Amino acid sequence: MDILVYALYILAFAMFILGLSGLTAPRSAVRGNKIAAAGMAVAFVATLIHIRETSSWLIIIIALIVGVIIGIPPARKVKMTAVPQLVALFNGVGGGTVALIAWGEFIESDGFTGLHVASGPVLPLVIASLFAAIIGSLSFWGSIIAFMKLQQILPGHPLSVGRLQQPLNAILFLGSIVAAVIVGIGSVDTGANPVWFVAILVLAGILGVTTVLPIGGADMPVVISLLNALTGLSAAAAGLALNNIAMIVAGMIVGASGTILTNLMAKAMNRSILSIVAGGFGGGGTQGAGAASSGDQIAKSTSAADAAIKLAYANQVIVVPGYGLAVAQAQHAVKDMAKVLEARGIEVKYAIHPVAGRMPGHMNVLLAEADVSYDAMKEMDDINGEFSRTDVTIVIGANDVTNPAARTDPNSPIFGMPVLNVTESRSVIVLKRSMSSGFAGIENPLFFGENTTMLFGDAKKSVAQVTEELKAL
Amino acid sequence: MDYTGFLANIAILVLSGFIGFAVISKVPNTLHTPLMSGTNAIHGIVVLGALVVLGTAENPGLPLQIISFVAIVFGTVNVIGGFVVTDRMLAMFKTRPVNTNTTSATDGKN
Repeated sequence: MDILVYALYILAFAMFILGLSGLTAPRSAVRGNKIAAAGMAVAFVATLIHIRETSSWLIIIIALIVGVIIGIPPARKVKMTAVPQLVALFNGVGGGTVALIAWGEFIESDGFTGLHVASGPVLPLVIASLFAAIIGSLSFWGSIIAFMKLQQILPGHPLSVGRLQQPLNAILFLGSIVAAVIVGIGSVDTGANPVWFVAILVLAGILGVTTVLPIGGADMPVVISLLNALTGLSAAAAGLALNNIAMIVAGMIVGASGTILTNLMAKAMNRSILSIVAGGFGGGGTQGAGAASSGDQIAKSTSAADAAIKLAYANQVIVVPGYGLAVAQAQHAVKDMAKVLEARGIEVKYAIHPVAGRMPGHMNVLLAEADVSYDAMKEMDDINGEFSRTDVTIVIGANDVTNPAARTDPNSPIFGMPVLNVTESRSVIVLKRSMSSGFAGIENPLFFGENTTMLFGDAKKSVAQVTEELKAL
Repeated sequence: MDYTGFLANIAILVLSGFIGFAVISKVPNTLHTPLMSGTNAIHGIVVLGALVVLGTAENPGLPLQIISFVAIVFGTVNVIGGFVVTDRMLAMFKTRPVNTNTTSATDGKN
């Protein structure tokens, strides 16, 4: 039977890898996800065979039913604009599971002393469990905070204790390591006091909270990817400790995926992962921006009718979506406007910055929901050369990713970050709720540009008004 | 578990890391959200770990039962919810009308 279990695990992880390779193209992606889910079912059956002689069936079945009841409704009902927080939440409970598994093992093996009976590698297994406990707890609490920020239960802007932040985090980190070492040493003898294991979980948990709280909303794509990677790695560690190859492979693949995405996001912001985790934009940065902008610059405001006229006589229009589009849920309104424009023979393209929105690829999903053709969504490198040939660029709820200061002003805190060259197009219409600066508090010279006009108001309503005006023309 | 088994597991761990990098690097930006939510569902495999810990304990005491119960609930939420939301998202990318007409028309106009 053990051989059957092992063979099923091998089949399961082969299906995970096969399923994920399906994600390389939109056409095969649905099937890929289903293959991965089927792989999960295989691994699940294998595990049930493995534990077939257990006396805890009742608890297991009830827990599974409760999990299904809690898990399915939000996944089915969530609005596409709210996917980032749901992913953060699911990621968190995964991390929580890992931490609890490590705790369960600690209890079951009498503080890991049980492991010493068998001849074999004891220390590496204990270390793997302790690693899983620390990272799992950190990921759980960090993800919960990320969820609360995205859901706007907590304010999106950075919350920190200032200069004490870094020392505090360092102390928490060291504290959880020390507690882990005490538990590790205790396992050789009679087992450490369970208080120490709880201390690991608590300290790592607080570390997760204090690490994510100071990170601002615009950095969330990086944070979510990073937390995802961490949960993956902790799952692999738990797999090592439990001698479960399916968990090892799945955990490592998730770890690799999260690492790749984290790197991509950080690169797209021209910042190191470390500086993002260390907290939002510091005071020094905003000062630089303040000096660059002058109070007497005036942005030109426009009306929906004027905007419609400009659009109607364009050959090519580029839409630049940002988080504001998600907040206003304007994706369907944008698609309607594009339809009217296309009916007039105007080509509409979408310029998508890698970090637009709150998670990697967020804008693509929203536009796909509104039925925007996959081919019309352009990545930054592909579209940047086209702005100079574009008549009208409409910026909808995007700010920092269009800021020309990133290219021209060495004093700007985002100097060097790759941005969309919207200023090169003949005219720019910016849809924005008010003149308040973006999340990072950085002034955007784009708003004061010669060719820029501002259309103030809720993005969804503004776009709908422009569409009405277009139809009336 | 003996040392050979442990080292074999480490070998699997290292290799799967490389495979992960190779496979994921090919995923286009457009699909990064489904990728993240899909991999998110896959790490829900930790629910198996929770099942093993509780299922192999001979006489689980109340604390272990409670901890494992919560762990199984969490893991199930992660795995089921993750796959369902990913499937919903991907379904949106599925139907794409091949609209070559509009493109060629405007090309001519320019």
